[in-house]
Amino acid sequence: MSTIVLLLVTGLGLGALYFLVAAGLSLIWGLMRVLNFAHGAFFTVAAYAGFFAATALPASPWLQWFVGLLAGILAGGVFAVLTEIILIRPLYRRPVGQVLVTVGLALATLALVEGAFGSDPRQVTLPDWMNATTTLLGAAIPNTRFVVLLLAGLVLAGLLFFLQRTRYGLIVRAGVENRSMVSALGIDVERAFTLVFAIGGMAAGLAGVLGATYYGTIDPSRGTTMLISAFIVVVIGGLGSITGSALAAAIVGLLQQFLNFYAAAGVGDFAVVILLAGVLLLRPGGLLGGPAT
Amino acid sequence: MSANGALLHVHDLRVTIGESQILGGVSFQVREGGITGLLGRNGVGKTTTLRGILGLVPRTGKVTLAGEELTALPVHSIVQRGVGYVPEDRDVFGGLTVEENLRLAERADSEHRYALIYELFPELRERAAQRAGTLSGGQQQMVALARALLNASNRILLIDEPTKGLSPLMVKRVADALQRAAQIATILLVEQNLAVARHLASDVVVLDQGSVVFAGDVAALVDDPALARRYLGLSAAGSGH
Repeated sequence: MSTIVLLLVTGLGLGALYFLVAAGLSLIWGLMRVLNFAHGAFFTVAAYAGFFAATALPASPWLQWFVGLLAGILAGGVFAVLTEIILIRPLYRRPVGQVLVTVGLALATLALVEGAFGSDPRQVTLPDWMNATTTLLGAAIPNTRFVVLLLAGLVLAGLLFFLQRTRYGLIVRAGVENRSMVSALGIDVERAFTLVFAIGGMAAGLAGVLGATYYGTIDPSRGTTMLISAFIVVVIGGLGSITGSALAAAIVGLLQQFLNFYAAAGVGDFAVVILLAGVLLLRPGGLLGGPAT
Repeated sequence: MSANGALLHVHDLRVTIGESQILGGVSFQVREGGITGLLGRNGVGKTTTLRGILGLVPRTGKVTLAGEELTALPVHSIVQRGVGYVPEDRDVFGGLTVEENLRLAERADSEHRYALIYELFPELRERAAQRAGTLSGGQQQMVALARALLNASNRILLIDEPTKGLSPLMVKRVADALQRAAQIATILLVEQNLAVARHLASDVVVLDQGSVVFAGDVAALVDDPALARRYLGLSAAGSGH
């Protein structure tokens, strides 16, 4: 029983990280039809920005962690907005160009981070409480899992509030359906594009710092690994659907944890690919594909 | 408004999509007030003309509204200057509710327009919480017209085949709504149903093969059966749709 609880919470924690990266990807694709291969770079840059901001500050571990979190969110958001304005905007009507430029940015960022900080993982310093465990139904759960789940839950609630209750959220939901009709109502869709990139970048930035919290380390290539999983989550959940991404992220995280433990290492990852193929065959729009929800 | 009373000037509008030239230099004027019909057979470029005015398709030429050139502006800026648009396929946001569809079109001065909209289309109030994608074609047309009417700063409405596919009863309601709308904004109306166009429009512009072949009083077109037959493919007197 305790093993199941541990796997359940850990799987959901992993899913929470996937969700944070996938949410931005899904909205960006849904609204702008941009396949953003640089999204993993937002994660990586934010993880390093958070790490260096935290270590540069002579303060308590809790304050360091919190400053790192804010620095990561900020770095992810700023990097995303600059990417949208400088690289994506001139290529709105050239999807192949967008793919090439975002792939190029992802590769360049990885190379730059590796060149500057090395390719070996770096240990992050966490508050003592996060290095401890809490016993839940007999299972000793690392406290970091609760932190990741709590913050991802808040992001999910915040995104749903934004989409359902704000004017810009309404514009994004309408834009996911029919971008040119939104313009034809006199609304500057490009401003919504920048906002969506900023939100996606901040969520990926949060994931970058929470990834460091979850694994206890940072390394340059984790953003790429996360991006692949997030793409799978977005497709399974339904392009443009935040709720779908959350559901799919939980399924993927749990599937990986349970099968990698009970079957053999790697089986969980393989099962996720099988699940992806099944969804594409049986429900090509994804579990909750359609209007942004 | 320009000196000769025209609100909208379209000059040498050309649209080429791929290898096909859709509009080969369309020029006409729309006078302020009332309804101007934009007529022609299927595929002559009526919808493309509206989309070209709004900048929804790449085009060359010159479009001015009350003397201000619109051609270089992005779509949303053209709309903000007072050009409303009701597309041929309504293009309501199917996943949003009726109320959300209307809210998207709201401007600071929209509040008093709701009274007019709910007077014309009381169903929209009753179905405010219903997803627009689940409405009938006629009800979706009401949403599309209401969105254009909500913007009180719209000086001209480009309305594309609002009666297409509707029942005779709904055609009459839409025609009545257009007459009311024409009291508050100028309308450039694409309409295949010649009986409706003749009933509503005072002026007409007829397109054929991407060019204007007739522009003037609707009576002049109706009084010339040969012209109507040549460019519209039917007898103007007594044609419906």
